[in-house]
Amino acid sequence: MADKNQKIIDQAIDQEYKYGFTTDIEQTKFEPGLDESVIKKLSALKKEPKWLLDWRLKAFKRWKKMKEPTWAQIKYDPIDYQALSYYAAPKKKVNESLDDVDPEILETYNKLGISLNEQKRLEGVAVDAVFDSVSIATTFKDELSKHGVIFCSFSEAVINHPDLIKKYLGTVIPASDNYFAALNSAVFSDGSFVYIPKGVKCPLELSTYFRINASNTGQFERTLIVADEGSYVSYLEGCTAPMRDENQLHAACVELVAHKDATIKYSTIQNWYSGDKEGKGGIYNFVTKRGRCEGDNSKISWTQVETGSAVTWKYPSVIMQGDNSVGEFYSVAVTKNKQQADTGTKMIHIGKNTKSTIITKGISAGEGQNTYRGGVKILKDAENAQNFSQCDSILIGDKCGAHTFPYIDVKNPTAKMEHEATTSSIGEDQLFYCNQRGIKLDDAVSMIVNGFCKEVFEELPMEFAVEAKQLIEVTLENSVG
Amino acid sequence: MVKIKNLEASIEDKKILKGIDLDINPGEVHVIMGRNGSGKSTLANVIAGNEAYELDNGSIFMNDEDITEMSIENRALNGIFLCFQYPVAIPGVSMAYFLRAALNAHLNHQGKEEIDALEFLKNSKQILGELGLDDSFLKRSINDGFSGGEKKKSEILQLLSINPKLAVLDETDSGLDVDALRTVAKGVNKFRNNNNAVLIITHYQRLLDYIKPDIVHLMIDGKIVKTGDMSLVEKVEKDGYSWLEE
Repeated sequence: MADKNQKIIDQAIDQEYKYGFTTDIEQTKFEPGLDESVIKKLSALKKEPKWLLDWRLKAFKRWKKMKEPTWAQIKYDPIDYQALSYYAAPKKKVNESLDDVDPEILETYNKLGISLNEQKRLEGVAVDAVFDSVSIATTFKDELSKHGVIFCSFSEAVINHPDLIKKYLGTVIPASDNYFAALNSAVFSDGSFVYIPKGVKCPLELSTYFRINASNTGQFERTLIVADEGSYVSYLEGCTAPMRDENQLHAACVELVAHKDATIKYSTIQNWYSGDKEGKGGIYNFVTKRGRCEGDNSKISWTQVETGSAVTWKYPSVIMQGDNSVGEFYSVAVTKNKQQADTGTKMIHIGKNTKSTIITKGISAGEGQNTYRGGVKILKDAENAQNFSQCDSILIGDKCGAHTFPYIDVKNPTAKMEHEATTSSIGEDQLFYCNQRGIKLDDAVSMIVNGFCKEVFEELPMEFAVEAKQLIEVTLENSVG
Repeated sequence: MVKIKNLEASIEDKKILKGIDLDINPGEVHVIMGRNGSGKSTLANVIAGNEAYELDNGSIFMNDEDITEMSIENRALNGIFLCFQYPVAIPGVSMAYFLRAALNAHLNHQGKEEIDALEFLKNSKQILGELGLDDSFLKRSINDGFSGGEKKKSEILQLLSINPKLAVLDETDSGLDVDALRTVAKGVNKFRNNNNAVLIITHYQRLLDYIKPDIVHLMIDGKIVKTGDMSLVEKVEKDGYSWLEE
């Protein structure tokens, strides 16, 4: 059977990327290139206050002195930052009403299964749609504002809620945090802003849907979520892009702040274009995501399903500052063809009785390379901190790879640490068992992989768990024979 | 119903089956006995189409259709069911999900409508009751952390749900206590009718005290060397196999 499997793996994974279309619209786009004048132009276009422009320029100065990191287990062609355009937006003016949105764009979201028409939306989910560099529309705003919840594009928040932005921007990810975060701080164009007031349980799931459409542009969105004391919010982001021969850069920042007794649950289904079988094209996904459990008893939980992108570099992390605060990271990362993922988390325990959980599932098929990189740091004053880590990898075929780099740094002797790791192949005996019960090979593979990912999928909101399962099925179709 | 002609098979260039002929008719229970390494389990696997084994010669017919080259799942869908000696665990996949997927694959193949969730639960719970298993069994990951007895009962649950034409029991009795053995045997007897058949592979008489075989085959070194009735089982139990080599 091994030979037969290999032959079919060699024929590769023919499943077409179903979100690979482009939308033909008139757009405003900056000429390629990056210097201070570009940042000034961008900031002026967005009518930003001076402090924000200064913040951007300071970040840019730092970035110019920094070097692209090379420690990750990924290989890619050098990125020419001067060849990229740093702003692209649909030409038609975007107003409050959906009627003013270019029908081509609405059609694009319909094709992606995202209806911006509130009547047709999934019940209980509010959406912010970001198209290239700008936010197109945010649904259910009125419903949310009744509860005092702010959910709008980042640009709007800068204008309408400048105090909140000024208070929190860059407080979790400093502008100079790392190379890609610095770049994002200098040139970020749009994204989502969420504020949940004290004691409010956000009545809807919040969701942002990112779409890259324009060619030769970078996408640099920035998301900021603040959950005030005793509040709760569940937030989901989805991402897709057209199939293009050239690589495109996506460098986002997500900052989360959870005050006393607040909970933020952040889920991602990342399905950027991953490039073709030969590894041509696809998104370079360099993302900095970090949350701070500022108050006591607060909780931040990251769940990610990463199936797209040519290269993924991403470590959603939690700083547990408040006593009894909780950080969680649940991840499924799939690499096939020539995809490379170097992803994981950092859990930083500062407060007493802080507790973190890391559960990751890496799936490698074709020539995919999948790396888990995770750090757990227990600081001196973090009495009775606990961490549980479980990192499992599954290999499909014999040309792919799985790598695990756990870093542990404990400065308080009362800490309790547990780490488990496994690597396995989808067993021929498992496939034989399923086949013997009349279950086809493809169905058997997706059943086994879905079972493998179950602990993570259970963390996703219902509707999205179904989507994630289907995504895995489509992604792994024909990966064994 | 099943005709096996001059079957030869090997694994990693080692010849295991050296010319097996077997004729199984509807309503019959056949038993194959033999020492460890005589090729019994290989025969069960080759009938099911396990591609770990190389087929060197011979053919397998099912209801006059040549299935020698047929894929594993198509053989299954055509009515061949293997009760595994060592059923493999699939973590995170529930019994209910797995069994319903298997059942629906069979129903689709037969051009029938898929079973709805309620009917499926009703049927499964009835069988579970007969096997002395709790309903919560359906929620557990398949074979994951199952005891030896639970694994074999799970196989019988699947046998009774899928209701194939030929059930091949590969040392289903191994590792079972008397109570579990009786339960498993009861399940197999419930499965039996005039239109299906059972092929039991075993070392011991004890399962045969509960399931009466019609035909007994003794296997030595990849060949069936003797065929007869229940009296052969008693002779083997008393004298072993060496008398066959004289």
